[in-house]
Amino acid sequence: MEHLIATSASTNQPDRWRSKIEPLNAVEEQQIADQVSHYPQPQAATIEALKIVQQQQGWVSDGKLKAIAERLNMSPDQVDSVATFYNKIYRRPVGNTVITLCDSISCWIMGYEGLREAICRELQISLGQTTSDQQITLLPTPCLGACNRAPAVMVGEELHGPVSAEQLIRLAQQAKEAQS
Amino acid sequence: MTCTQPLSQHIKADGSVTNLEEYQAGYGYQGLSKALSMDPNELVDYVKQANLRGRGGAGFNTGLKWSFVPPLEKLPGPRYVICNADEMEPGTFKDRWLMEHDPHQLIEGLAIAAYAIQAETAFIFLRADYDLCAQRLQQAIDDAVAAGLLGSSLNARGYNLEVLLHTSAGRYICGEETALINSLEGKRANPRFKPPFPQVSGLFGRPTVVNNVETLCNLPHILHHGIDWYANLGLGEDNGTKLYGVSGKVNNPGCWELPIGTPVKEILALAGGMQSGVGLRGFLPGGGSTDFLTAEHVDLAMDYGTIQAAGSRMGTGTMIILDDQTCPVGMVLNLIRFFAQESCGWCTPCRNGLPFIRQVLTDIEAGNGQVADLEQLLELCGYIGIGNTYCALAPGAAEPLQSALKYFRDDFSAHIEQGCCPYDKPTRHMQEAN
Repeated sequence: MEHLIATSASTNQPDRWRSKIEPLNAVEEQQIADQVSHYPQPQAATIEALKIVQQQQGWVSDGKLKAIAERLNMSPDQVDSVATFYNKIYRRPVGNTVITLCDSISCWIMGYEGLREAICRELQISLGQTTSDQQITLLPTPCLGACNRAPAVMVGEELHGPVSAEQLIRLAQQAKEAQS
Repeated sequence: MTCTQPLSQHIKADGSVTNLEEYQAGYGYQGLSKALSMDPNELVDYVKQANLRGRGGAGFNTGLKWSFVPPLEKLPGPRYVICNADEMEPGTFKDRWLMEHDPHQLIEGLAIAAYAIQAETAFIFLRADYDLCAQRLQQAIDDAVAAGLLGSSLNARGYNLEVLLHTSAGRYICGEETALINSLEGKRANPRFKPPFPQVSGLFGRPTVVNNVETLCNLPHILHHGIDWYANLGLGEDNGTKLYGVSGKVNNPGCWELPIGTPVKEILALAGGMQSGVGLRGFLPGGGSTDFLTAEHVDLAMDYGTIQAAGSRMGTGTMIILDDQTCPVGMVLNLIRFFAQESCGWCTPCRNGLPFIRQVLTDIEAGNGQVADLEQLLELCGYIGIGNTYCALAPGAAEPLQSALKYFRDDFSAHIEQGCCPYDKPTRHMQEAN
């Protein structure tokens, strides 16, 4: 499953860095500068910079990644090697709401597999995919640290647990309604 | 009244956060004041004597860990303290509990540690998904700065401290202290070769101490109440309290602060016992990378020495329960999938060994295993064990597997003989019932 999460949008294209640079907007510039000031070297703010752009754009495109590289004095490949290492940096567009299902041990014992089947059937997608209306992306996540509330899920930045299949489907519907 | 549950004294049942005013209504930040009145070397010795052992899992004496940092006179320049709040060990949720409910306790502990090694910058390395913790910690840092509890000229020596919150982008290996340091430098979180140890050359090549959340949360209380009080809190040879957790098919999964050395069965009793219709088969005492123990071990005391003598580790102290309706092979496969996915890929035994083990286990669980697979799995546990890898990820992954092969070997054999998972139907049934 891991390959579904953090893969570059254009891994097989040797000329991917020819994509046009997408300049950082004012908010991104300012927030990244603030983070850079915390460290003796600008490179240390790579993860923060990726998260700031993702917060603004929903994901990190090749063009934005190039802009980060330029800002932090790194090569795009260096930045991409960091971006693709971490589970929560999206190198492909995601839906308006990301739902993450904890697939680790306590949640597995408490019924993760049943939840996964139910929500995949409801949304007509597999893990790692986005609904055709671009509303919801479904991802697995390693242990959420909510084992006392297993099975646990996150809808955006909000933790829910324990959830039944019916409750999870309702949460997904609410997320869709909130957007429309 | 003697304080027996110091770390959880401010934790409210409704889940709300303890703010600065409430925290200071007790003895909040008085431990830090006491620390700041001491000479830093004296403080290091004091904590060493308290025998506070690392609560992240390794159990190393905290003061001793600090004492390896070269004195400022010999090595002037920046040094760092990092709070390891990258809680991603499967089955572990104790640090979340502490940070969400009582963020000032952690900040005070972090400030004490920073002063001890004369670090003027302290980082909290927080895992990606702990959004509520991030919010509450940042608010608490801002409040503490506004109240003059952090910042410049905190004592007569002119000590300054800046506390910074770093939220990770999610990867289990970041919990390994040298991988965490690489991650904080904005790199891939590959572990570093040791030596040099971080205390000598860590973040940006400077002396660095990395301590777990729960470890740091002990410090204000040790400073305030003293070493004798702390020593008397523990039941066995270890000092203080421990946050114990239970998850799995129990009636009341949760987290409790108890004297360190509390017997397993008392912790299980707080968890309300097993759910109706299921029995206790075994448990992982302290997270996903500890060896299984069985129902026969419930009388044991949960402390470092006792659990180690029984062939496992207390680890994080948060137990995961294996019930008799859940397939032990499936449980180990779930853990190995996690470890194979979260391996950073830096060294061969982990990068190649774990996916290989995952494949063998997948075959067994699907009913396609062979008798010879079991010996091969044991052999593989040796290859990925301690001494063959940069860090403890792969050796930790081997622990539940090797102990499952010891205690639940009949289950593995049944999969191979019957050509299917004998638990398949009841497990599905249980899930639908939930």
